[in-house]
Amino acid sequence: MIDARGFSCPQPVFMLMESMKSGDTYYEIMVDNHAAKENVSRFATSKDFNVEVEDKGNEYLIKVKK
Amino acid sequence: MKKEYYKIIFAGIIIGIISTALVLFGNPKNMGFCIACFIRDTAGAMKLHSASAVQYVRPEIIGLILGSFILSMFSKEHKAVGGSSPITRFILGFFAMVGALMFLGCPFRMILRLAGGDYNAILGLFGFIVGIGIGVFFLKKGYSLNRTYEIKKIDGNIFPIIQVIILILFVAFPALFALSSEPNVPGGMHAPIIISLVAGLIVGALAQKTRFCMMGGIRDIILFKDFKLISGFVAVLISALIMNIIFKKFTPGFEGQAIAHSDFLWNFLGTLLLGFASVLLGGCPLRQLILTGEGNVDSAITFLGYFVGAAFCHNFSLASSGKGPTLNGKIAVIFGIIVVTIIAIVNSKKEKKV
Repeated sequence: MIDARGFSCPQPVFMLMESMKSGDTYYEIMVDNHAAKENVSRFATSKDFNVEVEDKGNEYLIKVKK
Repeated sequence: MKKEYYKIIFAGIIIGIISTALVLFGNPKNMGFCIACFIRDTAGAMKLHSASAVQYVRPEIIGLILGSFILSMFSKEHKAVGGSSPITRFILGFFAMVGALMFLGCPFRMILRLAGGDYNAILGLFGFIVGIGIGVFFLKKGYSLNRTYEIKKIDGNIFPIIQVIILILFVAFPALFALSSEPNVPGGMHAPIIISLVAGLIVGALAQKTRFCMMGGIRDIILFKDFKLISGFVAVLISALIMNIIFKKFTPGFEGQAIAHSDFLWNFLGTLLLGFASVLLGGCPLRQLILTGEGNVDSAITFLGYFVGAAFCHNFSLASSGKGPTLNGKIAVIFGIIVVTIIAIVNSKKEKKV
Protein backbone atom coordinates (compact mmCIF):
# COMPACT_ATOMS: atom_id res chain seq x y z
CA MET A 1 0.00 0.00 0.00
CA ILE A 2 1.15 3.49 -0.80
CA ASP A 3 0.84 5.71 2.25
CA ALA A 4 0.12 9.21 0.99
CA ARG A 5 -1.47 10.41 4.21
CA GLY A 6 -0.41 13.89 5.18
CA PHE A 7 0.44 14.85 1.64
CA SER A 8 -1.57 17.20 -0.47
CA CYS A 9 -1.70 17.13 -4.22
CA PRO A 10 0.11 16.65 -6.45
CA GLN A 11 2.22 14.37 -4.20
CA PRO A 12 -0.34 11.55 -3.78
CA VAL A 13 -0.99 11.38 -7.54
CA PHE A 14 2.71 11.50 -8.10
CA MET A 15 3.35 8.65 -5.67
CA LEU A 16 0.78 6.51 -7.48
CA MET A 17 2.25 7.47 -10.84
CA GLU A 18 5.73 6.44 -9.69
CA SER A 19 4.41 3.12 -8.37
CA MET A 20 2.59 2.46 -11.63
CA LYS A 21 5.95 2.20 -13.34
CA SER A 22 6.12 -1.32 -11.88
CA GLY A 23 3.37 -2.33 -14.33
CA ASP A 24 1.21 -4.10 -11.74
CA THR A 25 -2.55 -4.26 -12.19
CA TYR A 26 -3.55 -3.51 -8.59
CA TYR A 27 -2.55 -0.73 -6.22
CA GLU A 28 -3.80 0.57 -2.92
CA ILE A 29 -3.22 4.11 -1.82
CA MET A 30 -4.21 5.76 1.43
CA VAL A 31 -4.94 9.48 1.47
CA ASP A 32 -6.40 11.76 4.11
CA ASN A 33 -7.99 14.65 2.27
CA HIS A 34 -10.81 15.10 -0.20
CA ALA A 35 -8.78 16.83 -2.89
CA ALA A 36 -6.27 13.98 -2.94
CA LYS A 37 -9.07 11.41 -3.07
CA GLU A 38 -10.61 13.12 -6.10
CA ASN A 39 -7.32 13.73 -7.88
CA VAL A 40 -6.01 10.20 -7.36
CA SER A 41 -9.33 8.75 -8.54
CA ARG A 42 -9.37 10.98 -11.61
CA PHE A 43 -5.80 10.12 -12.47
CA ALA A 44 -6.32 6.37 -12.09
CA THR A 45 -9.48 6.52 -14.20
CA SER A 46 -7.60 8.39 -16.90
CA LYS A 47 -5.09 5.53 -16.93
CA ASP A 48 -7.95 3.03 -17.49
CA PHE A 49 -7.99 1.68 -13.97
CA ASN A 50 -11.15 0.95 -12.03
CA VAL A 51 -11.36 2.90 -8.83
CA GLU A 52 -12.95 1.92 -5.55
CA VAL A 53 -12.84 4.26 -2.56
CA GLU A 54 -13.21 2.97 0.98
CA ASP A 55 -14.17 5.70 3.43
CA LYS A 56 -12.31 5.14 6.68
CA GLY A 57 -13.57 8.09 8.67
CA ASN A 58 -10.96 10.73 8.19
CA GLU A 59 -9.00 8.74 5.65
CA TYR A 60 -9.67 7.06 2.34
CA LEU A 61 -8.31 3.81 1.04
CA ILE A 62 -8.35 3.97 -2.74
CA LYS A 63 -8.20 0.63 -4.55
CA VAL A 64 -7.08 0.88 -8.12
CA LYS A 65 -7.49 -2.11 -10.40
CA LYS A 66 -7.02 -2.78 -14.13
CA MET B 1 -15.86 12.47 -14.32
CA LYS B 2 -17.37 14.95 -16.76
CA LYS B 3 -19.44 16.34 -13.91
CA GLU B 4 -16.30 17.71 -12.25
CA TYR B 5 -15.55 19.67 -15.40
CA TYR B 6 -19.04 21.15 -15.62
CA LYS B 7 -18.81 22.18 -11.98
CA ILE B 8 -15.50 23.99 -12.27
CA ILE B 9 -16.42 25.65 -15.57
CA PHE B 10 -19.67 26.87 -14.04
CA ALA B 11 -17.76 28.15 -10.99
CA GLY B 12 -15.24 29.85 -13.29
CA ILE B 13 -17.98 31.67 -15.18
CA ILE B 14 -19.54 32.94 -11.95
CA ILE B 15 -16.12 33.96 -10.58
CA GLY B 16 -15.38 35.86 -13.81
CA ILE B 17 -18.70 37.69 -13.59
CA ILE B 18 -18.27 38.58 -9.91
CA SER B 19 -14.70 39.75 -10.52
CA THR B 20 -15.70 42.21 -13.21
CA ALA B 21 -18.80 43.29 -11.27
CA LEU B 22 -16.58 44.30 -8.35
CA VAL B 23 -14.77 46.71 -10.67
CA LEU B 24 -18.12 48.19 -11.70
CA PHE B 25 -18.86 48.65 -7.99
CA GLY B 26 -15.62 50.52 -7.39
CA ASN B 27 -12.60 48.21 -7.24
CA PRO B 28 -9.55 49.26 -9.32
CA LYS B 29 -9.56 48.21 -12.96
CA ASN B 30 -8.76 44.55 -13.63
CA MET B 31 -8.71 44.11 -9.86
CA GLY B 32 -12.04 42.59 -8.95
CA PHE B 33 -9.80 40.20 -7.09
CA CYS B 34 -6.08 40.26 -6.53
CA ILE B 35 -4.98 38.22 -3.57
CA ALA B 36 -1.50 39.73 -3.55
CA CYS B 37 -2.71 43.32 -3.89
CA PHE B 38 -5.46 42.86 -1.33
CA ILE B 39 -3.17 41.31 1.26
CA ARG B 40 -0.78 44.19 0.57
CA ASP B 41 -3.58 46.72 1.08
CA THR B 42 -4.66 45.05 4.31
CA ALA B 43 -1.06 45.01 5.58
CA GLY B 44 -0.96 48.74 4.83
CA ALA B 45 -4.23 49.38 6.65
CA MET B 46 -2.69 47.71 9.70
CA LYS B 47 0.28 50.08 9.38
CA LEU B 48 2.76 47.35 8.61
CA HIS B 49 3.79 49.55 5.72
CA SER B 50 3.05 53.20 5.14
CA ALA B 51 2.54 53.45 1.38
CA SER B 52 -0.49 55.71 1.57
CA ALA B 53 -1.75 54.70 -1.88
CA VAL B 54 -2.30 51.07 -0.94
CA GLN B 55 -3.98 50.93 2.45
CA TYR B 56 -7.42 49.38 2.85
CA VAL B 57 -8.89 46.43 4.72
CA ARG B 58 -10.08 44.32 1.82
CA PRO B 59 -13.25 42.48 2.83
CA GLU B 60 -12.74 40.17 -0.16
CA ILE B 61 -9.86 38.46 1.66
CA ILE B 62 -11.97 38.00 4.79
CA GLY B 63 -14.86 36.70 2.66
CA LEU B 64 -12.70 34.21 0.76
CA ILE B 65 -11.39 32.63 3.95
CA LEU B 66 -14.79 32.60 5.64
CA GLY B 67 -16.59 31.36 2.52
CA SER B 68 -14.28 28.39 2.42
CA PHE B 69 -14.53 27.94 6.19
CA ILE B 70 -18.33 27.90 6.23
CA LEU B 71 -18.79 25.61 3.24
CA SER B 72 -16.11 23.19 4.38
CA MET B 73 -17.78 23.03 7.80
CA PHE B 74 -21.09 22.10 6.17
CA SER B 75 -19.58 19.59 3.79
CA LYS B 76 -17.47 18.09 6.59
CA GLU B 77 -14.31 18.77 4.62
CA HIS B 78 -13.00 21.10 7.29
CA LYS B 79 -10.02 19.54 9.00
CA ALA B 80 -7.37 21.10 11.20
CA VAL B 81 -4.00 20.06 9.82
CA GLY B 82 -0.51 21.49 9.98
CA GLY B 83 3.11 20.88 10.72
CA SER B 84 4.46 20.71 7.19
CA SER B 85 7.67 22.74 7.07
CA PRO B 86 6.11 25.98 8.37
CA ILE B 87 9.11 28.30 8.12
CA THR B 88 9.93 27.07 4.63
CA ARG B 89 6.36 27.87 3.65
CA PHE B 90 6.63 31.28 5.25
CA ILE B 91 9.71 32.08 3.16
CA LEU B 92 8.13 30.72 -0.02
CA GLY B 93 5.07 32.88 0.66
CA PHE B 94 7.28 35.88 1.27
CA PHE B 95 9.06 35.54 -2.07
CA ALA B 96 5.90 34.63 -3.95
CA MET B 97 4.67 38.04 -2.83
CA VAL B 98 7.89 39.72 -3.95
CA GLY B 99 7.36 38.19 -7.40
CA ALA B 100 3.67 39.13 -7.46
CA LEU B 101 4.33 42.74 -6.54
CA MET B 102 7.03 42.99 -9.18
CA PHE B 103 4.39 42.01 -11.75
CA LEU B 104 1.60 43.82 -9.86
CA GLY B 105 -0.79 40.95 -9.41
CA CYS B 106 -1.32 37.42 -8.23
CA PRO B 107 -2.26 34.75 -10.81
CA PHE B 108 -5.93 35.61 -10.30
CA ARG B 109 -5.33 39.23 -11.27
CA MET B 110 -3.14 38.07 -14.14
CA ILE B 111 -6.22 36.43 -15.67
CA LEU B 112 -8.32 39.51 -15.00
CA ARG B 113 -5.65 41.70 -16.58
CA LEU B 114 -5.64 39.45 -19.64
CA ALA B 115 -9.42 39.67 -19.76
CA GLY B 116 -9.20 43.46 -19.59
CA GLY B 117 -6.87 43.63 -22.59
CA ASP B 118 -3.67 44.30 -20.63
CA TYR B 119 -1.11 42.66 -22.91
CA ASN B 120 1.63 43.00 -20.28
CA ALA B 121 -0.11 40.12 -18.55
CA ILE B 122 0.83 37.90 -21.52
CA LEU B 123 4.46 38.31 -20.47
CA GLY B 124 3.29 37.58 -16.95
CA LEU B 125 1.58 34.41 -18.13
CA PHE B 126 4.74 33.26 -19.94
CA GLY B 127 6.83 33.87 -16.84
CA PHE B 128 4.25 32.07 -14.71
CA ILE B 129 4.28 29.03 -17.01
CA VAL B 130 8.08 28.90 -17.04
CA GLY B 131 8.16 29.24 -13.24
CA ILE B 132 5.67 26.38 -12.91
CA GLY B 133 7.76 24.35 -15.37
CA ILE B 134 10.82 24.80 -13.15
CA GLY B 135 8.76 23.81 -10.10
CA VAL B 136 7.49 20.70 -11.87
CA PHE B 137 11.07 19.78 -12.74
CA PHE B 138 11.81 19.67 -9.01
CA LEU B 139 8.57 17.79 -8.27
CA LYS B 140 9.79 15.13 -10.67
CA LYS B 141 13.13 15.13 -8.85
CA GLY B 142 11.24 14.21 -5.69
CA TYR B 143 10.60 17.65 -4.20
CA SER B 144 8.26 17.49 -1.23
CA LEU B 145 7.84 19.31 2.04
CA ASN B 146 7.15 17.36 5.23
CA ARG B 147 3.81 15.67 5.62
CA THR B 148 1.01 17.34 7.56
CA TYR B 149 -0.59 15.99 10.70
CA GLU B 150 -3.95 16.42 12.26
CA ILE B 151 -3.79 19.08 14.92
CA LYS B 152 -6.16 20.40 17.56
CA LYS B 153 -9.41 21.60 16.08
CA ILE B 154 -9.12 25.04 17.60
CA ASP B 155 -5.78 25.59 15.84
CA GLY B 156 -7.48 25.27 12.48
CA ASN B 157 -10.17 27.73 13.51
CA ILE B 158 -7.95 30.52 14.79
CA PHE B 159 -7.33 32.16 11.43
CA PRO B 160 -11.00 32.26 10.38
CA ILE B 161 -11.85 33.69 13.84
CA ILE B 162 -9.21 36.40 13.34
CA GLN B 163 -10.93 37.31 10.06
CA VAL B 164 -14.22 37.83 11.86
CA ILE B 165 -12.51 40.05 14.44
CA ILE B 166 -10.81 42.12 11.75
CA LEU B 167 -14.14 42.55 9.97
CA ILE B 168 -15.91 43.68 13.15
CA LEU B 169 -13.12 46.12 13.99
CA PHE B 170 -13.09 47.50 10.47
CA VAL B 171 -16.86 48.05 10.39
CA ALA B 172 -17.16 49.36 13.94
CA PHE B 173 -13.92 51.32 14.31
CA PRO B 174 -12.57 52.19 10.86
CA ALA B 175 -10.49 54.99 12.38
CA LEU B 176 -8.21 52.34 13.89
CA PHE B 177 -6.86 51.62 10.44
CA ALA B 178 -4.75 53.61 8.01
CA LEU B 179 -6.93 53.95 4.92
CA SER B 180 -5.98 55.50 1.60
CA SER B 181 -7.85 58.79 1.50
CA GLU B 182 -7.48 59.77 -2.13
CA PRO B 183 -10.12 58.31 -4.42
CA ASN B 184 -7.84 57.75 -7.43
CA VAL B 185 -5.22 55.50 -5.80
CA PRO B 186 -5.63 51.71 -5.64
CA GLY B 187 -6.37 51.69 -1.89
CA GLY B 188 -8.98 54.39 -2.34
CA MET B 189 -10.88 52.43 -4.97
CA HIS B 190 -13.14 49.80 -3.56
CA ALA B 191 -16.62 48.40 -3.76
CA PRO B 192 -18.90 48.90 -0.73
CA ILE B 193 -17.87 46.65 2.17
CA ILE B 194 -20.94 44.43 2.05
CA ILE B 195 -20.57 43.79 -1.68
CA SER B 196 -16.87 42.99 -1.34
CA LEU B 197 -17.59 40.68 1.56
CA VAL B 198 -20.40 38.80 -0.16
CA ALA B 199 -18.35 38.51 -3.35
CA GLY B 200 -15.53 37.04 -1.29
CA LEU B 201 -17.86 34.61 0.47
CA ILE B 202 -19.34 33.33 -2.79
CA VAL B 203 -16.02 33.01 -4.59
CA GLY B 204 -14.48 31.43 -1.49
CA ALA B 205 -17.20 28.81 -1.35
CA LEU B 206 -17.00 28.10 -5.10
CA ALA B 207 -13.22 27.82 -4.97
CA GLN B 208 -13.42 25.51 -1.96
CA LYS B 209 -15.91 23.22 -3.66
CA THR B 210 -14.03 23.02 -6.96
CA ARG B 211 -10.40 23.18 -5.63
CA PHE B 212 -9.87 26.15 -7.89
CA CYS B 213 -6.18 26.95 -8.35
CA MET B 214 -4.64 29.24 -10.89
CA MET B 215 -1.27 27.53 -10.67
CA GLY B 216 -2.60 23.98 -10.42
CA GLY B 217 -4.20 24.17 -13.86
CA ILE B 218 -0.90 24.69 -15.63
CA ARG B 219 0.98 22.34 -13.31
CA ASP B 220 -1.45 19.47 -13.84
CA ILE B 221 -1.23 19.79 -17.61
CA ILE B 222 2.56 19.60 -17.51
CA LEU B 223 2.60 16.85 -14.92
CA PHE B 224 -0.39 14.63 -15.67
CA LYS B 225 -2.07 16.00 -18.80
CA ASP B 226 -5.04 16.66 -16.54
CA PHE B 227 -7.25 19.48 -17.73
CA LYS B 228 -9.70 19.90 -14.85
CA LEU B 229 -8.19 22.92 -13.11
CA ILE B 230 -7.18 24.71 -16.29
CA SER B 231 -10.76 24.59 -17.51
CA GLY B 232 -11.73 26.74 -14.51
CA PHE B 233 -8.91 29.16 -15.30
CA VAL B 234 -10.06 29.47 -18.91
CA ALA B 235 -13.71 29.87 -17.84
CA VAL B 236 -12.78 32.85 -15.63
CA LEU B 237 -10.81 34.38 -18.50
CA ILE B 238 -13.59 34.04 -21.03
CA SER B 239 -16.42 35.14 -18.76
CA ALA B 240 -14.45 38.17 -17.49
CA LEU B 241 -13.49 39.02 -21.08
CA ILE B 242 -17.11 38.96 -22.21
CA MET B 243 -18.17 41.04 -19.20
CA ASN B 244 -15.42 43.58 -19.90
CA ILE B 245 -16.50 43.88 -23.52
CA ILE B 246 -20.16 44.29 -22.56
CA PHE B 247 -19.38 46.98 -19.99
CA LYS B 248 -16.76 48.69 -22.15
CA LYS B 249 -13.91 47.89 -19.79
CA PHE B 250 -11.89 46.08 -22.45
CA THR B 251 -8.95 48.32 -23.39
CA PRO B 252 -6.35 46.33 -25.33
CA GLY B 253 -2.70 47.40 -25.42
CA PHE B 254 0.61 47.49 -23.55
CA GLU B 255 0.87 51.11 -22.50
CA GLY B 256 -1.29 53.01 -20.05
CA GLN B 257 -2.85 49.95 -18.41
CA ALA B 258 -4.28 50.36 -14.92
CA ILE B 259 -1.87 49.49 -12.11
CA ALA B 260 0.57 47.80 -14.46
CA HIS B 261 3.91 48.51 -16.12
CA SER B 262 5.35 47.50 -19.45
CA ASP B 263 8.79 46.23 -18.48
CA PHE B 264 8.70 42.90 -20.30
CA LEU B 265 11.67 41.29 -18.61
CA TRP B 266 10.60 42.08 -15.05
CA ASN B 267 6.98 41.19 -15.63
CA PHE B 268 8.31 37.85 -16.85
CA LEU B 269 10.77 37.30 -13.99
CA GLY B 270 8.30 38.44 -11.34
CA THR B 271 5.71 35.85 -12.32
CA LEU B 272 8.43 33.26 -12.84
CA LEU B 273 9.30 33.62 -9.17
CA LEU B 274 5.61 33.61 -8.26
CA GLY B 275 4.88 30.46 -10.29
CA PHE B 276 7.97 28.62 -9.05
CA ALA B 277 7.23 29.41 -5.38
CA SER B 278 3.55 28.52 -5.85
CA VAL B 279 4.39 25.04 -7.16
CA LEU B 280 6.61 24.45 -4.14
CA LEU B 281 3.78 25.65 -1.89
CA GLY B 282 1.25 23.44 -3.69
CA GLY B 283 -1.11 26.25 -4.63
CA CYS B 284 -1.57 29.82 -5.77
CA PRO B 285 -2.39 32.61 -3.28
CA LEU B 286 -6.14 32.09 -3.78
CA ARG B 287 -5.80 28.38 -3.02
CA GLN B 288 -3.80 29.16 0.12
CA LEU B 289 -6.64 31.34 1.41
CA ILE B 290 -9.15 28.59 0.68
CA LEU B 291 -7.01 25.98 2.44
CA THR B 292 -6.63 28.37 5.37
CA GLY B 293 -10.42 28.44 5.61
CA GLU B 294 -10.49 24.63 5.53
CA GLY B 295 -8.33 24.52 8.64
CA ASN B 296 -4.88 24.15 7.09
CA VAL B 297 -2.52 26.13 9.31
CA ASP B 298 0.40 25.61 6.93
CA SER B 299 -1.54 27.72 4.47
CA ALA B 300 -2.21 30.23 7.25
CA ILE B 301 1.57 30.46 7.75
CA THR B 302 1.91 30.96 4.00
CA PHE B 303 -0.63 33.77 4.26
CA LEU B 304 1.51 35.36 6.96
CA GLY B 305 4.50 35.03 4.62
CA TYR B 306 2.56 36.91 1.95
CA PHE B 307 1.50 39.48 4.52
CA VAL B 308 4.99 40.18 5.82
CA GLY B 309 6.37 39.98 2.29
CA ALA B 310 3.92 42.65 1.16
CA ALA B 311 4.94 44.94 4.02
CA PHE B 312 8.62 44.47 3.16
CA CYS B 313 7.90 45.19 -0.49
CA HIS B 314 6.62 48.65 0.37
CA ASN B 315 8.94 49.41 3.27
CA PHE B 316 12.01 48.64 1.17
CA SER B 317 10.77 49.83 -2.23
CA LEU B 318 10.63 46.37 -3.77
CA ALA B 319 7.15 46.70 -5.25
CA SER B 320 6.70 48.02 -8.76
CA SER B 321 4.33 50.82 -9.59
CA GLY B 322 2.74 52.01 -12.81
CA LYS B 323 6.08 53.70 -13.51
CA GLY B 324 7.85 50.35 -13.58
CA PRO B 325 10.01 48.15 -11.38
CA THR B 326 12.55 49.46 -8.87
CA LEU B 327 16.21 48.52 -8.59
CA ASN B 328 15.57 47.11 -5.12
CA GLY B 329 12.70 45.08 -6.55
CA LYS B 330 14.91 43.62 -9.26
CA ILE B 331 17.53 42.62 -6.75
CA ALA B 332 14.87 41.08 -4.50
CA VAL B 333 13.38 39.05 -7.36
CA ILE B 334 16.78 37.65 -8.36
CA PHE B 335 17.55 36.92 -4.72
CA GLY B 336 14.12 35.30 -4.39
CA ILE B 337 14.69 33.04 -7.39
CA ILE B 338 17.99 31.92 -5.84
CA VAL B 339 16.42 31.27 -2.42
CA VAL B 340 13.47 29.37 -3.88
CA THR B 341 15.84 27.30 -6.02
CA ILE B 342 17.85 26.39 -2.94
CA ILE B 343 14.65 25.40 -1.11
CA ALA B 344 13.68 23.27 -4.10
CA ILE B 345 17.05 21.54 -4.22
CA VAL B 346 17.39 20.76 -0.52
CA ASN B 347 13.86 19.35 -0.36
CA SER B 348 14.24 17.21 -3.47
CA LYS B 349 16.01 14.21 -2.03
CA LYS B 350 14.34 11.00 -3.08
CA GLU B 351 12.90 9.31 -0.06
CA LYS B 352 12.77 5.60 0.40
CA LYS B 353 9.48 4.11 -0.72
CA VAL B 354 7.25 2.63 1.94
